[in-house]
Parts: sequence; C-alpha cells; structure tokens
Amino acid sequence: MRRFSWFNATSLTLGFAFLYLPMILLIVYSFNASKLVTVWAGFSTQWYGELFRDEAFLDAAWVTLQVAVISSTIATVLGTMAAIVLVRSGRFVGRTLFSGMIYAPLVMPEVITGLSLLLLFIGIGLDRGVLTIVLAHTTFSMCYVSVVVSSRLVSFDQSLEEAALDLGCSPFDAFRLVTLPIIAPAVISGWLLAFTLSLDDLVIASFTAGPSATTLPIKIFSSVRLGVSPEINALSTIMIGIVAVGVITASLISKRASLRQQQDEQAAARATG
Amino acid sequence: MRRLLIAIPYLWLLALFLVPFLIVLKISLSDVVLAIPPYAPTLDLSEGWAGIKAFFAALDFENYWFLTSDDLYWKAYLSSLQIALISTAITLLVGYPIAYGMARAPQEWQATLLLLVILPFWTSFLIRVYSWMGILSTEGILNQVLLFIGIIDEPLTLLNTNTAVYIGIVYTYLPFMILPIYAALEKMDDSLLEAAEDLGCSRIGAFWLVTVPLSRSGIVAGCFLVFIPAIGEFVIPSLLGGSRTLMIGKVLWEEFFNNRDWPVASAVAIILLLILIIPIILFQRNQQKQREVEG
Repeated sequence: MRRFSWFNATSLTLGFAFLYLPMILLIVYSFNASKLVTVWAGFSTQWYGELFRDEAFLDAAWVTLQVAVISSTIATVLGTMAAIVLVRSGRFVGRTLFSGMIYAPLVMPEVITGLSLLLLFIGIGLDRGVLTIVLAHTTFSMCYVSVVVSSRLVSFDQSLEEAALDLGCSPFDAFRLVTLPIIAPAVISGWLLAFTLSLDDLVIASFTAGPSATTLPIKIFSSVRLGVSPEINALSTIMIGIVAVGVITASLISKRASLRQQQDEQAAARATG
Repeated sequence: MRRLLIAIPYLWLLALFLVPFLIVLKISLSDVVLAIPPYAPTLDLSEGWAGIKAFFAALDFENYWFLTSDDLYWKAYLSSLQIALISTAITLLVGYPIAYGMARAPQEWQATLLLLVILPFWTSFLIRVYSWMGILSTEGILNQVLLFIGIIDEPLTLLNTNTAVYIGIVYTYLPFMILPIYAALEKMDDSLLEAAEDLGCSRIGAFWLVTVPLSRSGIVAGCFLVFIPAIGEFVIPSLLGGSRTLMIGKVLWEEFFNNRDWPVASAVAIILLLILIIPIILFQRNQQKQREVEG
C-alpha cells in the first residue's frame, strides 16, 4: 500500500506553487491598470488593447506562426523518414554519422547551432529572412521528431506491414495504409513538439533572422531586456492561455482514445474467446 | 526507394548541420580582419593542393591562444560550469521531493500531476524566465511580501545577480529533473520498503538504502538533462543575470553581435563543445545501461 504522508503532500503543494505562482502573477498583473508593473491600481484590459494595436507585434506574431507551421511540417516529414531509416534500414554506409547527426543537435547549445547556421547562410550568400529561419528550425526540430517517432516504431510489429506486402500492397501503400495509422500518434506529437520548439525559439532565430523578419520571441526579448513591460504581460497571458487549453484538450482526447482502444480490445477478446 | 529515403534526410543534415559546423571550425582558425565578412579565410580550396598546403603551413591556433591570454574567457568557462553545477544540485534537491510525492500520490491523481509537470514545458521558455523579472526586482513582489511580513527592513537586490540566475535555471529546468526521477520511482515495488522495515530499518534508513539507490538512474538522467543545457544557457543570464554574471553562452553572443569578432566567437564555440563532450558521453552511457537493464 502506498503511504502518502504529510511530507509528500507538503512537498507537492510547495513544488506546484513554485512552478505555477510566477505564471499566475504574470496573468494577474497583465490586468493591472498601472504602468508601474509592481503596483496594483485596479482592473483594466488596456494593455491587451495596446498590444492588438501594435503593428510590430502583430507582424512578428504572423512571421512566427508562418515559420512554425512550415518548419514543423517539413521537420515532421524529414524526421519520420529519418526515424524509419534509423529503425528499419539496417546497415548502410555512413550509418554512424547519420545517427550522430540526429542526436547531436539535441544536446548542441543553441548559441552554437545558431552561429554555425548563420555562418553557412552568409557563406553561400543567402539573404536572411523567413526562409533562413525555416531552414534552421526544420533542421533542429526534425531531430526531435525522429526521436519521438523512432521510439514508437521500435515497438511496432513489422509483420503487419509484411502481411500487407504479401497481400499485394506496394511498399508505399503498405506504409500509408498500415504503418502510418499505427505510428500516427507519435507523428502528431512530433509535429506538436516541433511546432512548440519553433514558436519558442529565441537564440537560433536571432542568429538566422535578418532585419526583414522578426519573430515574436525576438520582439519579446528586445522589449523586456530593459525591464518588465505590461504589454508583454498581456501577450504572455494570451500565450499561456493558448498552451493550457491546447495541452489539456490534447490530454483529454488521448485519454478518451486510449479508453476506447481498451474497450475495443476487450470486445475483441470476448468475440474471439 | 530505400536509397531516396536515406538520402533526403541525410543530405539535409549534412548540408545544414555538418557543413555549418565545419565552417565554424574553419573560421575559428582564420584571422580577424576589418571587412565584411570580418575574417580572412586561411583555407582556399580554389587553389587546389597548393591552397591546402598553404593552409596547413599557416595553421595557427591564434584565436585559441587569444582565449587563454585573456582572463575573461577561461573565467567565463569556469563560472558557467560552476553555475550549472550548483543549479543542478539545487534542482535535484527541489525536484526529488516533488517526484517522490508524485510517485506516492493516490493512483487516480497521477495522470493529473504528470500533466501539471509537463504543462510548463510547453509554455514559452522566454516567458517563464521573464516572469521572474517582476518578482525579483527591487520593487518586486517578493521584496514587497518580505518587507510586509517584516523579515527584511530594506529591499534585497536579487535581480541581475547570480542568485537570480540560479533561481531561473532551477525554475525552468525543474520538469526535466522531476520526470526521469518520477519514472524511476513509479516503477519501484513498495514491498521492498516493507521488507526493509520488517528487517529493522527505520523509515529514513529504508529511504536511503532502498528508494534512493533504486531511483539512481532517474537522478543521473535528470542531472544531465539540467546540467548540459545549463552550461550553454543564454536567455537566463542575459535577462536575470547582472553585468558580473559570466556565462559562456552570453560571452559568445556578445563576441559575435557586439564585437563582431567571428573567429574568436567560433573558437569560443569549439571549446564549449569540447567541454560538453564529456558529460554528453557519460549521459549516453547511462541511458544505454538503463536500456540494457530494462531490455
């Protein structure tokens, strides 16, 4: 029997207070009427109004969204391919280098990734802008996608795909009709991870973005460098809200899906037994 | 078909990961000049063999020597290591009781608690660091509360100090520490603890002799997951740290953007990687051992 003591309860309470209080305070102060961020002067939504009137923020948000959608989509395709290569392809020339290049970006400090990509773009004379940020984000997030997808592929029963091939499927159809639906949850979470990483990235984007394209994190960083700003509080509240709704919805959906799968399996067991 | 499958991601990574890295290596061996781009390449492939010979003849580790001659750099490396090490230790002290509490919580809470730990991970890193600026500043909420309670008489200077950097690292990397420890503790068989107590162990003795060794793999994984990224951290020292906070990620950034000294910035990057290789290899070994035990 598990013993849930007072000590456990206290450490959980304090721990979650530590994790959540800073964000809750940020949300509360985003509704503060005073420009002085530390003095409470009554409820107001004026900072949200100012935020939505600020063209620079809206432009940056639009660039960030474009970069995140494009880079995470390409990264999901490339990362899934890389995962299949890693798990299925057996030996081939340069395999060690390949898996090294998949795992290295995960531990590479962002400042080095950013620096090296910038030097490449300057070296080949590519103008810095949305394209270069997309290339940079795709490269590091495809590695995360491939780790997520390959962990799912490892546990996948390959005989299912072989059965499809025996029954006359082309290799591509066998992948599309059998493998892809089974690894789909991992592919989707890989995409979400890539999307979040791209939305979140400041360092690599700062190196690879030119004057023509500013992303939201770059804009946030330059405005908070000198101190707290009420507009950024409002923006943070919106971002925290979106993430909270997204994560909670995703977990409810996956909970329901696993419940249904359980029921299906039980029904199947009854039918065959 | 199979060839294409291998070739596409392979070429992508070669072009956008390996080649850029080799460029950094090359530039770290170049000379600084006042031009755009601000370095003189020492390796000129267009001259063929003669160019390569000239490259090796002229090869000097001038920028690396420069790094050893100026105090700033090795102090920054040492202080990054120190800050990463201390904050990893604090994160472990803070994270272990939370992971332990989660593992012992009633079964029906566990999914929710896990979700609560993962949620901050999906929230913007930058925003989570920023949230502490309002708390730690001189007129900040923490100082107001402490003054109100009467613990202090005048506000503490917290923001723009190393203390703020420690708080920032512990706060942002805490989920990375909690998750692997929780994963290890959750698998633990409670009857082992009962056995230890039946055999005369005190509760605390059983904790040290049974629980901690069984969660060792989680502790090691969590520590590396905090330590490795903390060394190269840029956002936390530049928002929460002060002018005296030396961290190598920040030095690299300033060398590149403010001083425009690309060769030295590249040399800083190469040495940072050399420092990181040891913990990364140790981490890989730990993970592999873990897989063998489980597999």
